[in-house]
Amino acid sequence: MERLTVDVAIIGGGTAACAAAVAFRETGLTVALLEKRLCGAGASGVNFGGVRQQGRDLAELPLSQRARLLWDGLNAKLGEDVGFEATGHIKLARSEADMAVLETYARDAAEHGLALQLLGPNALRAEMPWLGSAVMGASLSPTDGQANPRVVGPAFARLARRLGAEPREHAPVRHAAHDGAGFTVEAEGVTVRSRSLVNAAGAFGGVVAGWFGEAAPVAPLSPNMVVTEPLPPLVTRSIGVVGGDVYVRQTRRGNVVLGGGRGTADVADGLARPVAATSLGAMEKTLALIPDLAHAQVIRTWSGLDGEMPDHIPVIGPSCTTPGLVHAFGFSGHGFQLGPVVGEILAELVTQGRSASPLHPFRIERFADWRGPYRSEGEIEH
Amino acid sequence: MAEPVVAVVGAGPAGLRATQVLVEAGLCPLLIDEGHRAGGQVYRRPPPGAERPASDLYGFEAGRAQTLHDLADALAPRIAYRPGTMVWSIAKREPAGFALNCLGPQGHGRIAADRLVLATGAMDRALPFPGWTLPGVFTLGAAQIALKAQGMAIGRRVALVGAGPLLPLVAHQYAKAGATPVVVLDVTPVWAKVRAAPRLAAMPATLAKGVWYMLAGALRGQPVRAGVRAIAVEGTSRVEALAWEDARGRRHRVPCDAVAASFGLRSEAQAADLAGCRFVFEPVTRQWQPERSPEGRSSHPLVYLAGDGSGIGGADVAELQGERTALTVLADLGRPRDAAREARLDRLLARQAGFRAALEAAYPYPHHLVETIADDEIVCRCEGITAGALRRAATERDAHEMNRLKALTRAGMGRCQGRVCGHAAAEILARTLTVPVETVGRLRGQAPIKPIPLREPV
Repeated sequence: MERLTVDVAIIGGGTAACAAAVAFRETGLTVALLEKRLCGAGASGVNFGGVRQQGRDLAELPLSQRARLLWDGLNAKLGEDVGFEATGHIKLARSEADMAVLETYARDAAEHGLALQLLGPNALRAEMPWLGSAVMGASLSPTDGQANPRVVGPAFARLARRLGAEPREHAPVRHAAHDGAGFTVEAEGVTVRSRSLVNAAGAFGGVVAGWFGEAAPVAPLSPNMVVTEPLPPLVTRSIGVVGGDVYVRQTRRGNVVLGGGRGTADVADGLARPVAATSLGAMEKTLALIPDLAHAQVIRTWSGLDGEMPDHIPVIGPSCTTPGLVHAFGFSGHGFQLGPVVGEILAELVTQGRSASPLHPFRIERFADWRGPYRSEGEIEH
Repeated sequence: MAEPVVAVVGAGPAGLRATQVLVEAGLCPLLIDEGHRAGGQVYRRPPPGAERPASDLYGFEAGRAQTLHDLADALAPRIAYRPGTMVWSIAKREPAGFALNCLGPQGHGRIAADRLVLATGAMDRALPFPGWTLPGVFTLGAAQIALKAQGMAIGRRVALVGAGPLLPLVAHQYAKAGATPVVVLDVTPVWAKVRAAPRLAAMPATLAKGVWYMLAGALRGQPVRAGVRAIAVEGTSRVEALAWEDARGRRHRVPCDAVAASFGLRSEAQAADLAGCRFVFEPVTRQWQPERSPEGRSSHPLVYLAGDGSGIGGADVAELQGERTALTVLADLGRPRDAAREARLDRLLARQAGFRAALEAAYPYPHHLVETIADDEIVCRCEGITAGALRRAATERDAHEMNRLKALTRAGMGRCQGRVCGHAAAEILARTLTVPVETVGRLRGQAPIKPIPLREPV
């Protein structure tokens, strides 16, 4: 059994956790990171790959805008190409009511400093002539884009290791506790003593919070993803729709990635699987948006496990029971873009006790009076 | 109580024999097959109107082929037969059993089954060598499919290369079809065959057939050259010649217009993966396969396995296993057992297993060749990923496991989902890390088992 003593222990190995490990090392703190499988292979690695501010809960916009600045410099920081491209994110309206939703959101977003462009039918056809007839209008966020989710988390993990952090993969955490002097985290093959503890355990964040007497209703959320073989360039922007029942982008390689609906989550083995009927449904909806994809072949479907909170925004902030414990979990299907900035915020919280970003909406206390189970359902907007 | 629904996937030797046993017991099983006509790969039938004499197509196996084809025709009206239908997804159904998503002549369909018999067969194992992606290079199986299903040869002057007892057989079939097999090259060493010979003699009839094909080749002036190295296909836009180095180090070159290559067989086990079967590493053939008991049970109580899809044994073994596995299904359904029949099959299968082990020893998967694969050689041809990219991911990007290697490099992420490159990529990764190949794991299967169109075909 390995024993480590560090300044900060991190439970979880997603992008936010690995980015936090990097940020801690940059401030000189020693770090151990405990991941049950492989770093960046959970929700961080299997998501759609959208890097978007548009469509987020307004409470998330300050974080998301701060995160967006980091994405421009990510290749340089990580020393490898994570495939980020500011292709723009366009949210489509398929009815007058949808358009009204987009207009309202654009007004609200403008107050937060996010400039969106509303496109009517003619402007939209001129911009994207390949869209199907069901589309009536759209809202474009030109600064948003997409990236390759499979490489971002692992790249942060490697940078953390290069900087001297101690990531341990295949090391599921069995229990963690605070004994007055510090934290003890017991994982498979390793026990870590630390002064501070970060709970970045994703779908299991609620379990970890429970060890410290805090309620956090996290439901498993598994997006249902589909990808085609590589195709000639067609889909110029990352696409979402009002209502969120389908989302589509084309990778630099040419594959069209599409999603919509939910897979099944097996919390017992920590794995999620796509559902065939859901995949077929997303394929049909994609065809309605982009009829030119009629002859594409689907080569793979997949899912992954994220954690969703009842109000669809994450828990980020200090514990209200245990000094030294900081939470960041429950990103509710849209944490990919936030990952890098959450790493910085976690480091601010541990080293300074506060963050430059407004975190009040994400405090764990909002669930203190929560009673009963929570089941996640509905669409995951992109 | 309604009759249980048993779905047999695959109508090759194993699937047909399993179906026969179930029908004899009074069941009406589903038989789902990608092929438009039953028979599988080895006994693949030409489409109606393009038939050729069975002796030309199947050689010594013509009688067996005819028997199985007749069996398929006799079974068809007594079962729910779904030819031309791909099972592309398998999911658990509550409270028990499975939901199969299929794509067939009528488009998408969903089939509920209480138990599954997976008889999904095998395909060639590929190993990259210079020029292997040039047009005109086929797998040995593809060369046979062209011949059996379409009455076509892959070329006029065909070179056959690789590792395995099927090379001289296909050379013979091509010669009979009027093509010219210009050379038959075996990369496995001569001593491996010499050493395995006594155990191969345990099945004298089968050994004799193999020897006959080799002798027939030698009489045509085409002896099998064993222990060759440095195979390279030459050509600018397609196959023009094959070059190699013989066991004594001399270079050779022969003009040809097509190459058929095979480095043994790999189980097509994606269906078992999706059905939730546990996999084990099979050290002799160096591949992960669904765990199968001698009686045909998988690790999943409602999934049964038979044939090459869960362990390479060849067509004769597949027939025996199909029969044996179906008897297990019947036993589990509470039907009366025929202990004598079970015992007879178990004896035959045990004898075949000894022969197969000797055959695998005679034609080992030439994993040592991965060292000779140059850094600029493409390994994953769907995505154009080179051996060098895989090696760099291992040494510079902490790729210590196959799914991580896939995520970082895209190897195995393309149209074939690693069915072609997966084994070679695993060997390269393991060699680079100097660890046993089983420690790098295997690519997880995901639906669809093979590509499906975005728009439902109708």
